Amino acid sequence: MSDVTDVSDLTCREMVALVTEYLEGSLSVADRARFEEHLMACEGCEIYLDQVKTSIRVTGRLNEDSIPLEQLERLTSAFRSWKHA
Amino acid sequence: MEPEPSLLAPSEDLALVERLRAGDEEAFEALLRQHQTQMLRVARMYVSSQAVAEEVVQEAWVGILQGLQRFEGRSTLRTWMFRILTNIAKTRGQREGRSVPFSALAGDDLDAPAMEDSWFRGATDRWPGSWASLPDDWRGIPDERLLGQEVRALVGDAIDGLPPMQARVIELRDVRGWSSVEVCNALEISETNQRVLLHRARARVRHALGGYLERERP
Repeated sequence: MSDVTDVSDLTCREMVALVTEYLEGSLSVADRARFEEHLMACEGCEIYLDQVKTSIRVTGRLNEDSIPLEQLERLTSAFRSWKHA
Repeated sequence: MEPEPSLLAPSEDLALVERLRAGDEEAFEALLRQHQTQMLRVARMYVSSQAVAEEVVQEAWVGILQGLQRFEGRSTLRTWMFRILTNIAKTRGQREGRSVPFSALAGDDLDAPAMEDSWFRGATDRWPGSWASLPDDWRGIPDERLLGQEVRALVGDAIDGLPPMQARVIELRDVRGWSSVEVCNALEISETNQRVLLHRARARVRHALGGYLERERP
């Protein structure tokens, strides 16, 4: 088998399509190695992966919504009657 | 088959269930605050109106309270709660004559790629499928800019604009930090569908964020 000098056999387009599977840990061992090999040699894909990770981090900072008081009271009173049943 | 240990309820869940069984109102209110909004959104996918979704969630809470004695910790508490909710919502939707129109990928154009052709070199290029130009580098952007109220509002809007199941998946995974197994169980979707939905949702959020960062470049 000859050594290929290219970054890897994955194209950048394929890297973008596989990014979630990579982050989810659902790539096969061989595909994960191919992905990481490409990543080491490709600035564009390194930047893209960082963009995706940054988006995930920003999404993780969204505010929790508050519940309307009326719903809260209705459900708490349901809890109280369950408690005394 | 025994569930994998990692899928079992953590000890915090079991402690919380004990408090609920003992009638601890504070514990119940905390649970409500944590899950009510998301329960309403999930219910809303199966039924015709917000009012019906509220009834479904109310019914689900009653079912949850009644079932607490039987909770054995064979899944996390929230997975178990959402499964009760989803069952009630589905039944209600069917009774309304909605033959579960919101399958996992409804409202989602599966053939539309989550990326753009213009990003990459064409088939006749010497390096087909490589970046046409480098994506914007966000690594130098300070956190106070990225995590400010304006950006969070923008990301919230982007999620609200997603097809319903994509929005539910990204909310549970990335906003609330649920595991993929929990999300699959709660929403009754396959691992593969969950991943496709998450991939598309994240792509849209990244796109919205990118548009904003480019426009507002200091």
